[in-house]
Amino acid sequence: MTGTDVVSAAHSEPDVAGLQGIARRVRRLVISSVAHAGAGHIGGPLSAADLLVALYFRVLNIRPDEPAWPGRDRFIMSKGHSAIGQYAAMALRGYFPVAELDTFDQLDSRLQGHPDMTLLPGIDMSTGSLGMGLSAGIGIALGARLRGTAEHTYVLLGDGECQEGQVWEAAFVAARYGLDNMTAIIDANELQQYGWAGAAIETRQPPWGPDALARQWNAFGWTVHEADGHDFVDIERALGDARCARGAPAVVIARTIKGKGVSFMEGRFDWHARIPTAPELAAALEELDVA
Amino acid sequence: MSPEVAAVLGRSQRETFGRTMSELADENPNVLVLDADLANSTKADIFAAAHPDRFLQMGIAEQNMVGVAAGLATQGFIPVVTTFACFAVYRALDQVRVLVAQPHLNVKVAGAYSGLLTGFTGKTHQAIDDLSVMRSMPGMVVIAPADEAETRAALRAAIEYEGPVYLRLTRDPGPLLFAGEETFEIGRARWLRHGADVTIFSTGQETTRVLDAAGILEGRGIRAAVVHVPTIKPLDAELIRRAARATRRIVSAEEHSVIGGLGAAVAEALGEAGGLPHLRLGIQDTWGESASNDDLLERHGLSVERLVESVEGFVDGSAAQANNRE
Ligand SMILES: Cc1ncc(C[n+]2csc(CCOP(=O)(O)OP(=O)(O)O)c2C)c(N)n1
Repeated sequence: MTGTDVVSAAHSEPDVAGLQGIARRVRRLVISSVAHAGAGHIGGPLSAADLLVALYFRVLNIRPDEPAWPGRDRFIMSKGHSAIGQYAAMALRGYFPVAELDTFDQLDSRLQGHPDMTLLPGIDMSTGSLGMGLSAGIGIALGARLRGTAEHTYVLLGDGECQEGQVWEAAFVAARYGLDNMTAIIDANELQQYGWAGAAIETRQPPWGPDALARQWNAFGWTVHEADGHDFVDIERALGDARCARGAPAVVIARTIKGKGVSFMEGRFDWHARIPTAPELAAALEELDVA
Repeated sequence: MSPEVAAVLGRSQRETFGRTMSELADENPNVLVLDADLANSTKADIFAAAHPDRFLQMGIAEQNMVGVAAGLATQGFIPVVTTFACFAVYRALDQVRVLVAQPHLNVKVAGAYSGLLTGFTGKTHQAIDDLSVMRSMPGMVVIAPADEAETRAALRAAIEYEGPVYLRLTRDPGPLLFAGEETFEIGRARWLRHGADVTIFSTGQETTRVLDAAGILEGRGIRAAVVHVPTIKPLDAELIRRAARATRRIVSAEEHSVIGGLGAAVAEALGEAGGLPHLRLGIQDTWGESASNDDLLERHGLSVERLVESVEGFVDGSAAQANNRE
C-alpha cells in the first residue's frame, strides 16, 4: 500500500460501509504484521479494531501530519499489548507509511511490541504494563483543566485489565475531581489471556460477571454508557454522549468479540497471542478480503 | 570439571517450572501455585492441569496475588507466585518487600521471562535489574539457574528451604549443561572450567553462552576459567575470591544491567579484598527493546561472538597494561 491509501477523517454522518472497509484493512494488517514478525497479539487488536477506526477516523480531533499539535485530543492505549491494532489504524490515517508495519517488533523499529512515546510520534503515553493508562490519562486531563485547554483524553482499557487495582485507584480519583474532559473505553471482549476455566474444555469464564463492570464503574461515580463495539453508529453515539457528559467522568463499555472478523479466532482465548501458520494466515486474509 | 557445552537442547525453564512444580506438589500437599493470568505463557498451566485444586488464579492483579501468598504462608502453605519477572518485581515490589521479605514469610516468587529475551515484548517486559532489586532485600534468597536440570533442582531446593526465595527464570530453551544432576545447594557457586588467563563469572542462562565463548577463546590462546554463580544471594564470596585470585583479572557476564546484578555483587566481594581489573559485561545502563533473541544478544554484547571479542580485548589490554607497569 502507498500514501494514496490514506483515508481522511469525516465530520458528518458516519459512512458506515467506508469505516467497515477501513476496519477490515486494519484487521488484515494486524494479522499479517504479527505473522511477519512471528510475535505479537491478535485477539485484543481484532476486538478493538472498530473502536480504533472510530476514534482515529471519526472522533479524535487530531492532525496526523502534525502529531505533536498541542490542541489534539489525546489517546492512550492502556491495553498496550494491542499496539499493532493502533499502529495499523495510525498508518491508514496517515501518521506513517503502511509499509513501516513490516518493521513491527524488529530491532530499532519505532513500532515496538508495546507503544513507546519516545520512538513514535502520535503515541501520547508509553504503556505495556496493564492498569496504568487511566492514571496517566487523569494527569493529562487534569493538566488540560489547569491550563484551561479544550482537548479531550481517551483511554482504551481491556476488561481483564480492569482487574488491576490501579484502575480503581484511578477511577476513584477521576470521580473525585469530576473529570469530564476524559473518556474511558472498555474493550469488553469477555476474555483475558488465561483466566478461569469454563464449563467446557477450551472455554473460559469472562473476566467479570454479568453487568459487574457497569455496576462497578457506576459505584465509583462514573457515568456509564454501553455500546456495541462493532457497530460504528452505536460507537459514535456512545462516545458522543460520553464527551457531552458534565461534572463526572464517563466510561463507554463497548461489547466486543475477541478475535472479531476471523471465524476461527472469534471468542477463542488461545488466539490472544498466537502466531498464525501460513494456511491460517491465508484463511484469515481471505475472510477479511477487502473486495 | 569442564563440561563442553552440550549439543543437547534442554527443555525451557518455563516448561521445567510447570513440570517440576507438579512433581513437587505430588510430594508435598502444602505446595500451591498462584497465577496472575499468564499460566499459558509461564507454563503454570501444566501445574493447573495436574493439580487444579491447588492452582489459584488471581487475575491480572499481581500486587494482590503477592499479598494473598503472604497470608497463605502464615497458614502453613508454600505458595509459589508466578508471573513475568517484570510484574513480580516491579509491579508488586512494595508487597514483596512488606508482606514477604520483611516478615520473612515462606513465599516463593518465580519470575518468568526474565532478562532481555522475552519474546519481542520490549522494554516494559524486560526485567533487567530484578537481581539488583531482589538481592538488596535482607533475607531474600535469589537464584538464577542456567538450564533445565539446574532449574528443576533449584525449584526443589527453594521449596525445601524455609523463607522467601526469588527465582529468575527464562523463556526459551537452551543447552543442557547439568544433565542428571538432582541436587542444588543454595549459596554455592560452581567452577565449571579452569584457565589461567581470566576468570569469567556468569549467572543464569548466560552461562551457556559464556562456556561456548570460553571454548572459542581457548582456540585463540586465551585460557578462560568459568565460574557459574546460580545463587546471587547468598553469594559464594569465598569461591569468587579464590577464583579471582587465581587469574588476577576477571570478567562478569549477565543478561542483566551491569548495575546491581552479579557483576556488582562480585565487585563488592572483591573490592573488600583489594579489587582487581574487572570487565563488567551486561546491559550497559540502557533499556531493552522489541527484537529477536539474536539481535538483542548482539546489541547488548552477550552473544557468544561478542563475549569472545570483549574478553579477548580485555585480556590483551590488561596484559599490555601489566607489561607496561613492569
Ligand atoms: C501488569 C500486567 N500484567 C500482566 C500482563 C500480561 N498480559 C498481557 S495481555 C493480558 C491479558 C489482557 O486481557 P484484557 O485486558 O481483557 O485484554 P484483551 O482481551 O483485550 O486482549 C495479560 C495478562 C501485562 N501486560 N501487564
